[in-house]
Amino acid sequence: MSAATVRSAATDDGIAARFRLAWPGFALDVDLALPGRGVSALFGHSGSGKTTVLRCLAGLERPADGYLAVRGETWQDGARRIFVPTHRRPIGYVFQEASLFAHLSVRRNLEFGLKRVPAAERRVALDQAIALLGIEPLLARMPQRLSGGERQRVAIARALATSPRLLLMDEPLAALDAKRKQEILPYLERLHDELDIPVVYVSHAPEEVARLADHVVLLVDGRALASGPIHDVMPRLDLPFAHDEDAFVVIDARVAGHDDEYALTRLDVAGLPLWITGTDAAPGAHVRARVLARDVSLALSERRDSSILNVLPARVVSLDETAPGRSLVRLDVAGTPLLARITRRSAAQLGIVPGREVFAQVKGVALLR
Amino acid sequence: MTAADFAAIRLTLELAATTTAVLLVIGTPIAWWLARTRSMWKGVVGAVVALPLVLPPTVLGFYLLVTLGPNGPVGALTQSLGLGVLPFTFAGLVVGSVLYSMPFVVQPLQNAFEAIGERPLEVAATLRAGVLDTFVSVVLPLARPGFVTAAILGFAHTVGEFGVVLMIGGNIPEKTRVVSVQIYDHVEALEYADAHWLSAGMLLFSFVVLYALYSRKGRTAL
Repeated sequence: MSAATVRSAATDDGIAARFRLAWPGFALDVDLALPGRGVSALFGHSGSGKTTVLRCLAGLERPADGYLAVRGETWQDGARRIFVPTHRRPIGYVFQEASLFAHLSVRRNLEFGLKRVPAAERRVALDQAIALLGIEPLLARMPQRLSGGERQRVAIARALATSPRLLLMDEPLAALDAKRKQEILPYLERLHDELDIPVVYVSHAPEEVARLADHVVLLVDGRALASGPIHDVMPRLDLPFAHDEDAFVVIDARVAGHDDEYALTRLDVAGLPLWITGTDAAPGAHVRARVLARDVSLALSERRDSSILNVLPARVVSLDETAPGRSLVRLDVAGTPLLARITRRSAAQLGIVPGREVFAQVKGVALLR
Repeated sequence: MTAADFAAIRLTLELAATTTAVLLVIGTPIAWWLARTRSMWKGVVGAVVALPLVLPPTVLGFYLLVTLGPNGPVGALTQSLGLGVLPFTFAGLVVGSVLYSMPFVVQPLQNAFEAIGERPLEVAATLRAGVLDTFVSVVLPLARPGFVTAAILGFAHTVGEFGVVLMIGGNIPEKTRVVSVQIYDHVEALEYADAHWLSAGMLLFSFVVLYALYSRKGRTAL
């Protein structure tokens, strides 16, 4: 099998995107292969080019040198002079500001896209979109009479109502305060769980990425520094994520059981128990948990004389000592990567070197979904 | 007031209505282009459209007379098409008025289009609306206050013209004699009472129109 066949097979149900453009003071040069399902996060600081990539995917920007194929359909190919204009692409786009049409009621806003989609292509019912975003009580109102969070929910429902085959979201939470963010995040998670629509989600907030993303693309200065499943990308010591103050890894686990006496829930991570404060998740449910690097410390023996609940056997994979006084250690816990941030002195005293067997003491685990 | 006065009023209203209708049709694409283009010609076209704001109407009327007349390029064209020549006809008045009132229609429309910005157009495109569809279902409704302003100003300004009319239309009863010209005639003939009636009417009309325009809530004309 030739390399070309492999490539086309790999992109048939995924998204292959290559964009190159140069503006005064900014250049974009990315070549991405994104999965055809789940949430792909474009992560980076402002000015890194995430929104530009998203606009290219939508056809709102038209780089002369560009290629885009979505689930086997070519939407742009600069070399063959193919360019499907935005209004012919089966996408949904949620802008940073809700951008509802001010002259239309919420219901008419929702119907705007819907009625322009041929009946045969409608897979998301309007009622379903309305229910999913919980906007039933708002339908008769004008956009000016909605709160920021409500507006954004309507904008998301409006995009969904067109039954998009690709949903593009440009920091849909950035313009909202923390409370409104918490109001919308559960809806975005439901989207992820209930609809089989690939989502490309632009964000500069690690918390949103941790909760929503399956695949992460790290953009720096218009280039993709890394692109891969979130479990692989977040623990990489060669990327800036791991060096962030709030560096974390994401762990997919299964709810194994509950300890009602102490109100604890036991998760199963590759056969190892991980205790968290009690939740009502049903045993057997798949959950996602986040462990911050600063919440993990290391010990050479499995001491049971501390208040720390979770002590897991681990092997040191690699360590990074670029920050003064601190060591960032990447661990392998039965195949699951974990990050630990400890002081340089501790690392020296414990003799932390790659290959060393240690015990990871996990002080905190946050259940994300 | 005489029958000639009423004829002049009727002619004035007809002229203003026709001119406004023509201007809304041709001014909309011009304003749209001016609002959206990044072309180097934007400045030139914008300046040409705005010329009647500063030019004496007699200058505009003079050039129109020459261009539209039997020896002018447009006059040659209209004659070869069997339309005769436009000066001293109602059609000629309309042509002159359209040019003379152009900025009063184009500029409010341009402002309205610019105020809408790029975003609603992009949103419409992501919701499957093509260019024309977007214009009709998003731009027109959002720019409606601009269209109202443009229509009112275009109409009122045409009612108030004098110099261009006199140059290109002359003073032919029931054909080109509008209210402003009729007033001039009355004054020349020392018929001050008649001049008063028409002048006061124009004054009242202009005030009411401008008052309606400026008192619309939260909006400014031009």
